[in-house]
Amino acid sequence: MDDAGDRAGSNRPALALHVPEPRFRPGDTVDFTHLAIPAAGAQSRPDESCEASETYPLCTDLVRVLGDDDQAHGPWDPRLSPDRLREFLRQMALVRAFDNRMYRAQRQGKTSFYLKCTGEEATSVVATHALDFEDMIFPSYRQQGCLVARGYPLVEMINQIYSNRADKLKGRQLPILYSARSHNFFTISGNLTTQVPQASGFAMASAIKGDSRLGVAWLGEGSTAEGDFHSALTFNAVYNAPCIINVVNNQWAISSFSGFAGAERTTFAARAIGYGIAGLRVDGNDALAVYAAERWAADRARANKGPTLIEFFTYRAEGHSTSDDPNVYRSAEERTEWPLGDPVLRLKRHLVALGEWSDVAHTAMDAELDAEVRTAMRQAEKNGILGHGLHQPDRTMFEDVYETMPWHLREQARQAVHERAVKYPDGHAADLREAEKPA
Amino acid sequence: MATQAPEQTGDAQAIAAPAASDAAPTRTLTMIEAINDALAVMLERDPDIVLMGEDIGYFGGVFRCTAGLQERFGKTRVFDTPISENGIIAVAVGMGAYGLRPVPEIQFADYIYPGLDQLVSEAARLRYRSAAEFTAPITVRSPFGGGIFGGQTHSQSPEAMFTHVCGLKTVVPSTPYDAKGLLIAAIEDNDPVVFFEPKRIYNGPFDGYYDRPSKSWKGRPDAIVPEGHYRIPLGTANVIREGEALTILAYGTMVHVAEGVCREKGVDAEILDLRTLVPLDIEAVEKSVQKTGKCLIVHEATRTSGFGAELSALVTERCFYHLEAPVERVTGFDTPYPHSLEWAYFPGPVRIGEAVDRLLAAG
Repeated sequence: MDDAGDRAGSNRPALALHVPEPRFRPGDTVDFTHLAIPAAGAQSRPDESCEASETYPLCTDLVRVLGDDDQAHGPWDPRLSPDRLREFLRQMALVRAFDNRMYRAQRQGKTSFYLKCTGEEATSVVATHALDFEDMIFPSYRQQGCLVARGYPLVEMINQIYSNRADKLKGRQLPILYSARSHNFFTISGNLTTQVPQASGFAMASAIKGDSRLGVAWLGEGSTAEGDFHSALTFNAVYNAPCIINVVNNQWAISSFSGFAGAERTTFAARAIGYGIAGLRVDGNDALAVYAAERWAADRARANKGPTLIEFFTYRAEGHSTSDDPNVYRSAEERTEWPLGDPVLRLKRHLVALGEWSDVAHTAMDAELDAEVRTAMRQAEKNGILGHGLHQPDRTMFEDVYETMPWHLREQARQAVHERAVKYPDGHAADLREAEKPA
Repeated sequence: MATQAPEQTGDAQAIAAPAASDAAPTRTLTMIEAINDALAVMLERDPDIVLMGEDIGYFGGVFRCTAGLQERFGKTRVFDTPISENGIIAVAVGMGAYGLRPVPEIQFADYIYPGLDQLVSEAARLRYRSAAEFTAPITVRSPFGGGIFGGQTHSQSPEAMFTHVCGLKTVVPSTPYDAKGLLIAAIEDNDPVVFFEPKRIYNGPFDGYYDRPSKSWKGRPDAIVPEGHYRIPLGTANVIREGEALTILAYGTMVHVAEGVCREKGVDAEILDLRTLVPLDIEAVEKSVQKTGKCLIVHEATRTSGFGAELSALVTERCFYHLEAPVERVTGFDTPYPHSLEWAYFPGPVRIGEAVDRLLAAG
């Protein structure tokens, strides 16, 4: 291109736009040796009440506990009992069994959509165990593990996924966008990152009231690019809010690698440095490190020492969702070559190494968990699957837009129910009577 | 000029006179003072109410609406925020989830757009998407409208963006008395409310003649504000002036401008101050238009897809066979609000007067 005329007399180099490109595409041989994976146990652990700046070396390091020898190492070892670790293991495996069954249910046409968290189970299940039950979870869409960790019934989750007549959310939400106030689990938006500054607001409210509850948000690394993430960090920093932000860096935002959120420049944990708050970068596939880091942040916040930004470094082992095929944009070898392994297997091997678990026990547990999921599915299917008629009455579409239904929605509700009566003249007399009732 | 809430409009909750007004002592207040009074009354009554916004704390707000409230109620109830409108509204949503009842201020309505996602996708949807597990009982206050030489970033009237959003309520007061009663009702409402304060009439009513001496609220019955708590139910319009010749639908500043035009021209118009755009007092609109047979809609906002379009459609759908002339809209022009040509933009007495004349001549 001859553009010398445009820049006559200038010896400035032509500017070049940098468009990030992931290292590996489909068919490529994967080599992750460029990732700095420090030895487990090598990271210092500052006191929870430390100055934020004491955590900054950890923002570019990686807090790890479980070593390649399957033993726990170093100051971040939370020293949990084998019973506790078996509970974590069981719930992570339950989430995986649930994901596998629900993925298949979607493929069988029982619902429109599903989204697995395979490989990331520790970041939700185990992090939740480091919190109090009263702490409000502000999740993104891949935190089904938080619900499982808090004992939310599987059958309720499946009712929601099937949008059936027992769905507590009345079939209004895309599958997996749960809400569970009873378990202090905030309604999932579907618009990314909106929940993060809301967690700040919850935390600020708790502080205004002199309460001890925390606001705890999860988001993916891709959505750290949203303004909401930075608003949340600003409010957390300004008001010293008792808030934890968990960035689950699973490397991929649908087909966009983490470079499109700035990962080529620095870590996500390092965002904390610019805001002057505590930050930790953690091996997200190491259940013990996840627990230790989240507990550190929770204890710090509860002691009025302020917010923490945590980056869980992990890998999205499956596609983004049932609507995605990762084979068209990334190398299939990434999953097998991921240097931080599988969080379920790593915790299993640790328990085996401790003499507290066995392959036989693990196989039996997996069979048990799969049966538990299948039982819940059968129970939920009695309430219907998506599109099979066993849904909420039409009038419910108009409820909860406002606390009380204004005139224009009452008119529209009558129209909707009337349309059903026209379409199904014999079957819906009760709906029609309901619609014609005076408000 | 009628000063009280309207007579019953069919909604059983539309109580005409506030309970407190019979007994409570009254004072003449500006709209700013009435808003301040409403906030103070609610901060006093409900420990879950918090105010936040840019410059609203120690300083008391750029329009002084929160003057003295931080000193009186403390820094954790009334506080300044970062310059982050989306953060302000998001944090209010989170506080609502905790159980507080936040009343954030957006310094100018023109600045509200960064917070749009948190209003549209979050505050307005929480109740629905969670089947009422979570709600957003927040009231976003924001001064709006022009006439103060604010240029194109301190003059806009974006109410139609919010009336288009299901789950939000949109309220616009036009007098000190209404401002207090409506704001209290908005704060006590369990749904998110966008409360637009017409800043041109903060300190006095405005008849549209910018070149005449400005008036104050002093001596006006609609500026006599009872002490203590009273509410004007959302969704109730106010008949400012009864009449037979035509119906004028207006809100905010334009109520006063329309009233001035009718007074000067001696037109027997019926003027409805809508007060709440959503939910709209449709019965009051229908009753008036069916009586007069003519309808003029006046708003300061830009014309295309403005709230007047919705009003015009509703009147046409519901009162067509009573209409003796086409529904007219008088609005701001479809341009940004210009600085030096502010009064050429403003839908003032000439534009309104000619529309009134056309309607009177028709049929």
